[in-house]
Amino acid sequence: METVWFFIIAAMLAVYVVLDGFDFGAGILHLFVAKNEGERRTVINAIGPFWDGNEVWLLAGGGVLVFAFPKAYAVGFSGFYLPLIMALWLLILRGISIEFRGLETNALWRSFWDGAFFFSSSLMAIILGAALGNVIRGVPIGETGYFSGPLFTDFRVSENPGVLDWYTVTVGVFALVVLTLHGALFLSYKTSGEVQKRSQSLCLPLWFVMVLVGVLTTIATAQVRPDLYRNLLGRPWTWVLAFGVIVSTVLIPLFVVRKRDLLAFLSSAGFIVCMLAATAAGLYPTMLTSTINREFDLTIHNAAAGPLSLKVGIIWWGIAIVLAVFYFVHLFRAFKGKVSPETDIYSH
Amino acid sequence: MDALTWGRFQFGFLATYHYIFPQLTMGLALLIVVLKILALRKGDDAYNRAAQFWARIFAINFVVGVVTGIPLEFQFGTNWARFSTYSGGVIGLTLALEGLFAFFAESAFLGLFLFGEKRLSAKGHLFAAVMVFLGAWLSGYFIIATNAFMQYPVGYRMTSENTLQLADMWLYLFNPWAIWQYLHNMNASVVTASFVMSAVGAFYLLSNRFEKQGKIFLKVGVISGFISCVGLLFPTGDFHGKMVAKYQPAALAAMEGKFETGDKAELAIIGQPDVVNRRLENPIYVPYVLSYLAYGSFGAVVKGLNDFPEDEIPDNIELLYYAYHIMVGLGTIFILLMLISGIKLWRNTLFQSRAMLWILMCAFPFPYIANSMGWLVAELGRQPWLIYGLFRTSEGNSELVSGGNIAFSSLGFMGMYLVIGVLFLYLIGKVIAKGPEEAMIIGGGA
Repeated sequence: METVWFFIIAAMLAVYVVLDGFDFGAGILHLFVAKNEGERRTVINAIGPFWDGNEVWLLAGGGVLVFAFPKAYAVGFSGFYLPLIMALWLLILRGISIEFRGLETNALWRSFWDGAFFFSSSLMAIILGAALGNVIRGVPIGETGYFSGPLFTDFRVSENPGVLDWYTVTVGVFALVVLTLHGALFLSYKTSGEVQKRSQSLCLPLWFVMVLVGVLTTIATAQVRPDLYRNLLGRPWTWVLAFGVIVSTVLIPLFVVRKRDLLAFLSSAGFIVCMLAATAAGLYPTMLTSTINREFDLTIHNAAAGPLSLKVGIIWWGIAIVLAVFYFVHLFRAFKGKVSPETDIYSH
Repeated sequence: MDALTWGRFQFGFLATYHYIFPQLTMGLALLIVVLKILALRKGDDAYNRAAQFWARIFAINFVVGVVTGIPLEFQFGTNWARFSTYSGGVIGLTLALEGLFAFFAESAFLGLFLFGEKRLSAKGHLFAAVMVFLGAWLSGYFIIATNAFMQYPVGYRMTSENTLQLADMWLYLFNPWAIWQYLHNMNASVVTASFVMSAVGAFYLLSNRFEKQGKIFLKVGVISGFISCVGLLFPTGDFHGKMVAKYQPAALAAMEGKFETGDKAELAIIGQPDVVNRRLENPIYVPYVLSYLAYGSFGAVVKGLNDFPEDEIPDNIELLYYAYHIMVGLGTIFILLMLISGIKLWRNTLFQSRAMLWILMCAFPFPYIANSMGWLVAELGRQPWLIYGLFRTSEGNSELVSGGNIAFSSLGFMGMYLVIGVLFLYLIGKVIAKGPEEAMIIGGGA
């Protein structure tokens, strides 16, 4: 049962990254691919009806984490106190930027929110990556079962690492590149005209950077957590995921060159999902590794809620996820097709 | 201040600020559905434009509500880690259900409701409005069920590791405390929305603009305001109060400023609690009424604060007492106000009565005050417990998070929320100044 919940949470977070990832990417890119007011509005309109629903996957994933693994939630959230609070501020800033921007016509007002949108989106992408980096690398959980991670120490991976060190920053940069590419592919699919042209022209260079940083990150991970790869090699079913990572990596540029925008975007989504799933499979059954002593590891067994919770939860979760998928399919279908400044959803 | 005090302050601040927004959106969601139904039945476009106008107010409130709500889910983990470890196995259920059932529906259909009017049929658009309403109200229920467990824990089992586990899901989800608290709270949020709607209507009539819409706002606002104000007192307030009397007698004594135990207990209308000398100063009493309200009999014994152990009574009696009295006092005034407005509406004199319109226009902040006070009563009344009778507030904070960290994050939140508040007021003011007629010109200009 705990195993099922572990993968449910991993799956929900992967869906979150895929969905909110494209609007992060749009936020990072909009300053560069959209030069005038009409183009900027096109980008905002492309994500307008979706971003809020996308973010809900994070909230729902958080809710499920409290429910299934209360101890992991408590230890993780209190340990990453400051970085999480700062991530919250960025999420607040980001939501406000998207929604408040269109409510005033003043050019300075709009430029300000454009800047805020770019700033919060890029930093959030790095933070998401760094957070994943922390989960992979491990945190200094001590005898009390809790830890307190300083924001940074000396940037070395040690027994008492900071939240930011050379490894987690590397993963953060990788996430930034992956999500920027993801956003570029989304905009290529959703927009037309100049915005689409500029987005498309960024895809291949971004893809090269992504492969480069990806290889570096993989090597770094092998240095920091060699057991992750040993786990993966020991579990042959996970090879499918590794295969998926490679295939989707190759597919992205092929589709980009042939201007199959939707397929290219979906390949990128597949890449993100396989990547995260492989990481989760490599970590399993550990949720948070202790860098001090592996005895203090938080695993799915010592962090899980009671058996009744987990059992009835599955039923609720099953119903809810069917409904949620239905809503989201409905939402994406209602707003399918290209957007233009005339779609004009923020002009109340 | 130490870490615990900072933690309590931060949670109180974040929750109180956050609740400014959902109380309006939950109430408005219902009133928008009412307007959409009226539009369909009467075939009058004025109602549709009225709904569009409130949808814009709703959208701005919703966004601020969402962004200020996210930190609350994080608070349990960041600031109250020991509490989450202890009770996450139970309260996690409602927190997860809120995300899975309410947020998904609300956010997906809000996108459709706000941006999809031209892409959906009239009925389809009404359906989106209904789904937003259901999502918002369901979300409210899950949060109140979580709070109700902290007020009156049921359906749990203690494990050998001294944490809580879910033992009876239905009992937990339909906690009797949750049901009364929920109905009371939802009435209160309809009161807020009704007052805001009436205030905008009164503003338009007084300034001789958008008079047709102003009259619609006043009609819907006053009628729903009257119904919800009465519902606030009876049955929801009455039954909720009886639950407090039964399960949190110390909270009741503090709310009433009652120090001595006695039968035929009197209700204090006014007075200042003097905690040092343990008495109520300058009181005006109504005899017997407290016994009757609390236990349904004029002779029932009401236990005073002096007869509870010192470590089981609320730690801020004065604030609790005043919050409670402000809430009840304002609630009473609301009923009178809406009753008079309702009679004037019935007699067709409301729209000409400038005095009444002025009062309605100026009255809208008071439901916000009353609702914040209501939450203060609920939360302070529970002290010194985090989960009543089971787990103390002092045992719940994160051990390794220092007071300095929480002070820093509190200041950051306060600064950020100040800016958001100013922007929010400015933007809402702009929407109101623009008025409902302009809503027609979607697609033109900026």
